[in-house]
Amino acid sequence: MTITYDSVSVGDALPPHTSAPISRHTLALYCGASGDHNPIHVDSDFARSSGMPDVFAHGMLSMAFLAQLLTKWVPQEQIRHWGVRFTSITPVQVKVQCTGKVIEKFEADGERRVRLEITAATDKGQQTLAGDAIVALP
Amino acid sequence: MLDPSFIGTVTKPRAVEVEKGQLRFFANATGETNPIYFDETAAKAAGHPTLPAPPTFLFCLASLAPDTENVLGKLGVGIGRILHGEQRFTPAKAIYAGDTITLTTRVADMYEKKGGALDFIVQDTDATNQNGESVGSMRGVIVVRNG
Repeated sequence: MTITYDSVSVGDALPPHTSAPISRHTLALYCGASGDHNPIHVDSDFARSSGMPDVFAHGMLSMAFLAQLLTKWVPQEQIRHWGVRFTSITPVQVKVQCTGKVIEKFEADGERRVRLEITAATDKGQQTLAGDAIVALP
Repeated sequence: MLDPSFIGTVTKPRAVEVEKGQLRFFANATGETNPIYFDETAAKAAGHPTLPAPPTFLFCLASLAPDTENVLGKLGVGIGRILHGEQRFTPAKAIYAGDTITLTTRVADMYEKKGGALDFIVQDTDATNQNGESVGSMRGVIVVRNG
């Protein structure tokens, strides 16, 4: 179903998107797939020697889940600008719950756009990423 | 304490090819279910010439073609001390499998918080494809844990 500018209202929520539980195996796969080889995400000995209690998920893995929240809603080509702050560390064994809502409708550069508030949180209720996205809608 | 003279440092342009297998690996690692990101037939049916790179993949390309100037190393920042603070993307044009993307990264700012307990390094990256077209830009903020 095509999402159109006229069909959305400020306050509307995007269909939520939840990841599978993040295992150490998930982090090993993401390490190779992303090219981010920082051992702090996969080597618990290194993580502890760096002052962390254990390995933890790449922030960019959760940002990839937020990208899926957006691309399940609209085609990727409609994303104009988006970003996040990483507000807390994502531990292993949690699911990442991604949510978004429309907070503004406006016109810019000759097209109709919406501003979204997007967040990621663990299934224990800890917010991990907070951000925004500007998306063009037909 | 970071050396602010590094602000304005620009990397040499670095080129990296967008590999189809890497895109499929990324789709698998992130639990992607939309087949346009891993099945070329589905991508073509959706109007794409081949597999598109998903929205955060530009960051992966920067990791796959690391900063040759090694700004973090010259600043004495150990990889075990860094966290990702912020990340923003401004896409301009789709990136596809087979593209060669050239990245240029600039240290845009550096500052400290909490009396120097945390240092922040802001880096801006511009990306162009093999036709010289901009495919977008991104801004990353790295947080360095001191002490």
